[in-house]
Amino acid sequence: MSGNVADSAVSPTTPAQTIPADLSGQMLELDEDDDLEVFSKDTTNTDGGSFNASMQTSPGSMINQYKFDEEEEEEDPGAKDLFITVDNPESHITTIETFITYRVVTKTTRSEFDSSEYEVRRRYQDFLWLRGRLEEAHPTLIVHPLPEKFVMKGMVERFNDDFIETRRRALHHFLNRIAEHPILSCNEDLKVFLSAQAWELASHKKQGPGFLSRMGETVRAVAASVRGVKNRPEEFNSIQEYVESFSQKMTSLDRITQRIVKEEREYLEEMKEYAPTYTLWSGSEEELAEPLKGVANCLDRCFQETEGQVRQLSDCLAPTLHEYVLSTDTLKAVLRRRDNMQAELEAKNEALAAKRADRDADPRERGVVWQSLLGKNPEEARQQRQQRLTGEIGELKEEIDKLEDRVEWANNALKGDWSRWQRSMRSDLKDAFVSTAQKNVDYYEKVRVTHLKPPQPHHTFDTRLVSITL
Amino acid sequence: MADAQREDAAETDTPNANDAQEKTSNSTMVEDSSTTLLKRMEITVAEAEKRTGKKAVNMQETYTVYLIETRPSSAVNEGQSVAPDALWRRYSEFELLRNYLLVTYPFIVVPPLPEKRAEFVWHKLSADNMDPDFVERRRVGLETFLLRVASHPVMSNDKIFYHFLMQERGWKEVVYDTGFQAKADSRLRALNATFRVKNPDKRFMEMKHYSDELQAITSQLLRARARVADRLYGVYKVHGNYGRVFSEWSAIEKEMGDGLQSAGHHMDAYAASIDDILEEEEHYADQIKEYLFFAEALRAVCRKHELSQYELETASLDLTSKKLQREELATGIVRTFSFKGMTTKLFGQETADQREARLKLLEEQIDEGEETVREKTAECEEHVHSGWEDMQRFKEQKDRDLREAFINYAYMQMSMCKKGIQMWSNAKECFSKM
Repeated sequence: MSGNVADSAVSPTTPAQTIPADLSGQMLELDEDDDLEVFSKDTTNTDGGSFNASMQTSPGSMINQYKFDEEEEEEDPGAKDLFITVDNPESHITTIETFITYRVVTKTTRSEFDSSEYEVRRRYQDFLWLRGRLEEAHPTLIVHPLPEKFVMKGMVERFNDDFIETRRRALHHFLNRIAEHPILSCNEDLKVFLSAQAWELASHKKQGPGFLSRMGETVRAVAASVRGVKNRPEEFNSIQEYVESFSQKMTSLDRITQRIVKEEREYLEEMKEYAPTYTLWSGSEEELAEPLKGVANCLDRCFQETEGQVRQLSDCLAPTLHEYVLSTDTLKAVLRRRDNMQAELEAKNEALAAKRADRDADPRERGVVWQSLLGKNPEEARQQRQQRLTGEIGELKEEIDKLEDRVEWANNALKGDWSRWQRSMRSDLKDAFVSTAQKNVDYYEKVRVTHLKPPQPHHTFDTRLVSITL
Repeated sequence: MADAQREDAAETDTPNANDAQEKTSNSTMVEDSSTTLLKRMEITVAEAEKRTGKKAVNMQETYTVYLIETRPSSAVNEGQSVAPDALWRRYSEFELLRNYLLVTYPFIVVPPLPEKRAEFVWHKLSADNMDPDFVERRRVGLETFLLRVASHPVMSNDKIFYHFLMQERGWKEVVYDTGFQAKADSRLRALNATFRVKNPDKRFMEMKHYSDELQAITSQLLRARARVADRLYGVYKVHGNYGRVFSEWSAIEKEMGDGLQSAGHHMDAYAASIDDILEEEEHYADQIKEYLFFAEALRAVCRKHELSQYELETASLDLTSKKLQREELATGIVRTFSFKGMTTKLFGQETADQREARLKLLEEQIDEGEETVREKTAECEEHVHSGWEDMQRFKEQKDRDLREAFINYAYMQMSMCKKGIQMWSNAKECFSKM
């Protein structure tokens, strides 16, 4: 992440309150954020007018292009016709390795599918393959991220139950986002992923664009990015800036959440030592035995509830935040690829202009001398060159036309995906925060209630307790 | 009458008085004896001030003094606003008073003073004696001490205690004049020596065992509590970061902006709320701490019984041996080894006159010895009686006080939960508007 690291004051409301020496050493080091401009996202609807036959998409997706635009105007969740669930993780042990597979159940009414229900088992590697294919096929669409391969932070081992559950949830989320996407959901590889048996999938994986063609694309991409984009449309600038800031915020929130989990776990460790002292004490007392056991009991409940709360944070909130951190990487990549496309177009236009200038230039200024050295008739040479250039110009113009269509389509698709992404982001994060807040409310409620059943108080104290609970 | 007294004592004009502590000490005023000082007089430790003064050898020192105010309770009951008598005392004078009480009433469980130095600190708490929070908590502790002594059926009648409350100057001289210091020194030496008691009172031995347990468990509890407080502080404070980041994030969002911004404020409030919560908990910790120190006082009483018993046994043994010697001298039969016997064998019998002289001496010693044994026996019996009585009183007081402390603690936890519910409900509402 970005470079600047500084200790931040924990409680900004009280200036006198700095982090006590003990804590500041381990204190969360959060990045200093630059001042952000307040700007608005301009989510214009795609005009959807441009098709492009050279798009590496299945014919199905072209037809769905219309649906894509309609969905922009009226969001109709009832139109969902592809339901996917990921569950039931199972461990597979072979002589070479151990891995987990997940059950993927698909229910659909789409005609492209031979059947209306499928149940297959897939492993993480298969998901990785699928996502790679989707990105290749649609480099300028936003494909939801997958959970990471390894988790560095925390004490998570690969086959730990919590880890598997978190991963399962993320995989489920991933497939559902794909299913909701009008273009991605029609992808052929997705169909194979959802419906094919294990051996079918394995053989299908072996097909597809070869290594060399992928290399070629990469080389073009690198060349384009070196060139850089000259006239990026303003809205993409805005998106770029937003993504930068958003990425920082998500990373911070992710780290804060992890930190809270850590602090709460340490709190639990100390509680483990604290609660039993009351029980121990009750062994030495007569009259006080009961109230002491009462306190011990409350503290135990508090301990259990806190465990639940920590789980909510680490199983629900943190993974969601992390998903969106990964998502910004995807966004940046998509923006880059779009830029590269545009850069390529710009480069070709420049080349075209150069060739035109070349053709229309004064023959004397051109390499006529060179030609004549080779023993050619200057007039003939000039005509030959003119012909050649005209041909090249024509070809170039064709390429440019195609590229322009592609760029326009890509821009529109991206804009559409962008507003879709924003909607999902808002809904996902809102849900995650709301459920976290709710869990906290529940937590305090449960702990509060345990204290309502205190040790049998003397009658003089009873009335006071009653008034507290009212 | 007693109830009215209790309420009035609680309504003193001490802005800093801790209600829970007041109620605790007031509840100990359910004494049978109607002559305790507290019934006749209202006592408060109203303020604390810093003073600088000269120590020996021209060195400056800074210390804190505490204002003790007293008012006749009859006046308070009648609603008269009477100016209180007041004087300033520093901690070392309280210590002096307590040492005097320890020596003068060896079989009373003397209430402890608040700790000299802050222990069981968690990192936010200061261990500095000059820290205002520490001074404040000490002020409350000193008041509790005075109230406890003033409500004790025996100690409340002590003249020195009365003078401590009423007479600022010359009090120290009066205390030293009692000669308690000498007794204190010799007692201390004796107590620190190791000795074996043959027939200790079983009840006292059980009490001693209990006091050891109480000491161990309360200090373990206090240490664990401090560590939990530390961790809880961390959890709450990290949430403050949410506030900051939400606020920054809201700046780049359109629809989510308002919800995020207000949620952020609630996160800040949540992070700030832990300070009050833990401050309140410190009072609970102080109550437990008082009983940690009470356990020491209880143990001291048991030890003094042991010493008393030991002295009695020693005197008895001494008497027995002297009687035996007399018998030998009278009958000429030597049953025990004695140096005299040895020399007699070596150097010849002593004369009749010498024997006569020795017999006379022995008779005198035996008389003295019997007197001593009588005294010691009476002393022991009295100590056992009054000590046991006071330990019973102490037990009842402890059960009352601690029961109330635990109920208060539960109340604090509930209050903390309520605050949490409030804040997170508010936050949830804000999130819903995102």
